[in-house]
Amino acid sequence: MHRRNGIEETEIDLLVEAIVRCHGFDFRGYAWSSLRRRILGAVAREGTGTISGLIELVLHDPAAMQRVVSSIAVNVSAMFRDPPFFKAFRDAVVPLLRTYPFIRVWQAGCSMGEEVYSLAILLEEAGLYDRCRLYATDMSEDVLRQAREAVYPLNLMQRYTQNYIQAGGTRAFSEYYTATHEQAALRPSLQRNIVFSQHNLVTDGPFNEFHVVLCRNVLIYFNRPLQDQVHTLLHQSLTPFGVLGLGSKETLRFTSVETNYEPLVESERLYRRVA
Amino acid sequence: MTELIVIGTSLGGLAALGEILATLPPGFACPVAVVQHRGPTVDGVLGSLLQRQTTLTVVEPDDKTPIRARHLYVAPADYHLLVEPDASFSLSIDPPVRWARPSIDVLFESAADVYGPALTAVVLTGASTDGAAGVTRVREQGGFAIAQDPATAESPVMPRAAIAAGVDLVLPLAAIGRHLGRMGCVDRAAS
Repeated sequence: MHRRNGIEETEIDLLVEAIVRCHGFDFRGYAWSSLRRRILGAVAREGTGTISGLIELVLHDPAAMQRVVSSIAVNVSAMFRDPPFFKAFRDAVVPLLRTYPFIRVWQAGCSMGEEVYSLAILLEEAGLYDRCRLYATDMSEDVLRQAREAVYPLNLMQRYTQNYIQAGGTRAFSEYYTATHEQAALRPSLQRNIVFSQHNLVTDGPFNEFHVVLCRNVLIYFNRPLQDQVHTLLHQSLTPFGVLGLGSKETLRFTSVETNYEPLVESERLYRRVA
Repeated sequence: MTELIVIGTSLGGLAALGEILATLPPGFACPVAVVQHRGPTVDGVLGSLLQRQTTLTVVEPDDKTPIRARHLYVAPADYHLLVEPDASFSLSIDPPVRWARPSIDVLFESAADVYGPALTAVVLTGASTDGAAGVTRVREQGGFAIAQDPATAESPVMPRAAIAAGVDLVLPLAAIGRHLGRMGCVDRAAS
């Protein structure tokens, strides 16, 4: 163990404790360095000067509590983030899914919906979408509301289009959205087989069995023990031979569930439950 | 005694990194973490280019990869690279900082908080001001900051910004590798 700034460490512990007791969200198992950055960002935005000042503010001002918790809880992704992952999904997972009459998918930590809509597009193009139900969950009601709206800044569409092409998309990406002023609204029909709902990976249990679980770039914010805990939950939520997809820099190595999976496409972090 | 070296660079960085790697003394063992600004979709190429120029093992770390001696870690494209208190790396997809992801400031600041006086930070050629806030944090925590002499930089903007923020030493590119080699690195992560 290397050094940490003792006072600041204490303040962060106290803030996290205040949040779990008074709000309910539990950041105690979050990776320290990114948690610290997000908290210092909240200190700057709220103008409290210190983390202790932020603790006092959130304890006495429910609106401030909500803002601060949201800013710590939110992950932002992109449509078809890591295009090779979606390419590999198309090539290696879709053929497996064709053998099922009905397919349940869980996108755990869906944030504003960028990736679950990407998956909906992919499955639509594979001709499988109407055999699928996609459960997209996040702990934050705020982001779920935005996910249901499916409206994104127009200036992101250029990047998303590039991603879509690299991911092996077979149509024109512009077919999937309507541009208005500065915004792009995704085609409403993409939402027809998606169920958005609130679920907290840290404090809630399994709620169904899925053929595919995607949890990408969510676990990077957790420390090792919490990663193991959530991996157990994801494992319990998969059917035998179900597929787990992680972020491109996340690995099952050294986790407690490592031996329960075999690689499907190792380079893209796609695994298959075998035990 | 330095236990970790962090290097930040942008435009012109690949050639500068190559020069430093070529001038490190044989037996150099201190772990090195590098942020080189690059586009979001390029992957793996930078690591393999650097691997040709060094006997250190070049790695794009996965999340929670432990920091080890004789390794050169390259921040993956489109992720921030951070240092955790147990001397491992973590990654984040938080928004870009000063338009950069990976961000030099994010690496430097998190490494400074963990390694304190055992950290040496180096700002090389680049066309942004990323790294300036980072070197400030490094020195606040007792670490040592080096900037490439802007006269020897393909793009002087970044080392100039670091020098304006305050560094301990300004060195021409050709001298940086040898200086790092003389700093007496301790391999505490492996012990």
